[in-house]
Amino acid sequence: MKTRREFIQLLGVGGAVFASGLAGACTRILKRTEADDFFFVQLSDTHWGFQGPPNPDAENTLRKAVAAVNALPRDPDFVVFTGDLTHTTDDDSERRRRMREFQSIVSGLRVQTRWFMPGEHDASLDRGKAYEESFGRMHYSFDHKGVHFAVLDNVSDPAAVIGDAQIDWLRSDLKPLAADAPIVIFTHRPLFDLYPQWDWSTKDGGRAIDLLQHWKNVTVFYGHIHQEHHFMTGQIAHHAAKSLIFPLPPAGSQPKRAPVPWDAAHPGRGLGFRDAVDADRARSWRLTEYSMEGLAVPAAARAG
Amino acid sequence: MISLLLAAAILVPNDGAQVIQLTAKKFEFSPAVIELRVGVPVVLEVSSLDRKHGFALPDFKIDEQIEAGGVTRIRFVPDRAGSFAFHCSVFCGSGHEDMGGTIVVKP
Repeated sequence: MKTRREFIQLLGVGGAVFASGLAGACTRILKRTEADDFFFVQLSDTHWGFQGPPNPDAENTLRKAVAAVNALPRDPDFVVFTGDLTHTTDDDSERRRRMREFQSIVSGLRVQTRWFMPGEHDASLDRGKAYEESFGRMHYSFDHKGVHFAVLDNVSDPAAVIGDAQIDWLRSDLKPLAADAPIVIFTHRPLFDLYPQWDWSTKDGGRAIDLLQHWKNVTVFYGHIHQEHHFMTGQIAHHAAKSLIFPLPPAGSQPKRAPVPWDAAHPGRGLGFRDAVDADRARSWRLTEYSMEGLAVPAAARAG
Repeated sequence: MISLLLAAAILVPNDGAQVIQLTAKKFEFSPAVIELRVGVPVVLEVSSLDRKHGFALPDFKIDEQIEAGGVTRIRFVPDRAGSFAFHCSVFCGSGHEDMGGTIVVKP
């Protein structure tokens, strides 16, 4: 059995750890014990069905990620996919086929608890019809070991709007929680205006943030921008995850939002996933970033 | 060249606003480069040739939806010089991320 440190070294991560959240004592709404501490894995932007020079290994990248998660020294409590599970297509039947293939591949994850949400590539062209058939609800909440998780859909409206109904639902969903309850939001697009010039925002994301400011321990995990990014709006920490198809450049670093070219000398560079450890009873999350660079796909899982 | 491309699309109404006609279709705007002058009001008349699109110019807090078959008029006064990106803000398919252009505002 590999230790966590050995595994991190194996993946070439260097043990990059980012602690986020708030310090300070607070009272839990639910009773928690040390044994309750847990971690989850976030995978994002797998874009199953994408083909092109930005990732000539697209047939295998998701399979490699599944194998890498299965090889973690300890299974996570759950895995969450923060949208763009599939790459968009105008063909409804092809969209459904890609979703079935995606489901088939991620069924290889040893961890059985998996949470999903759509990205615009999954849901914007048909307002989530195919997604709901395949994966179910696009916004929902659940509780795990004293932490409240809420999933927000900011993509099924193709104009990137959360909308009144969902904001009302979120308000109702959070209302019973104490002001210091640990809350995690999963969503696809950034809720704040990270870089609207590249469509890295949610049109009414500010309404969600204004609502969330009423709670002291809120952390947002999202995808969409295909790179690691950390930002605070007030006391809310926002963490973007790497993609599993191609990286994008930092906001505004070049005129166009074009994928970072594939580096044949370093295949998989810029791709990855993370785990998040409930480091301080969800007042802070200790993040570890895993790189896909140089990972081989197990023979049993190889495409074709 | 840009001036030639724009010449046919520019009208000057009575109130002094420059009117520029712009078309949107999967996955491009035409023209993709628009020249304006600081302080000169402009009306963008944006029409879609195929489906619903969006026109977002974040630096000027503009984000409008462009319905197919209609014309959306967007009036603003560029108050500073520079190059400003605009893009489609309604997801429209596999080339959506490439659908954009530049407004160049000259002093």
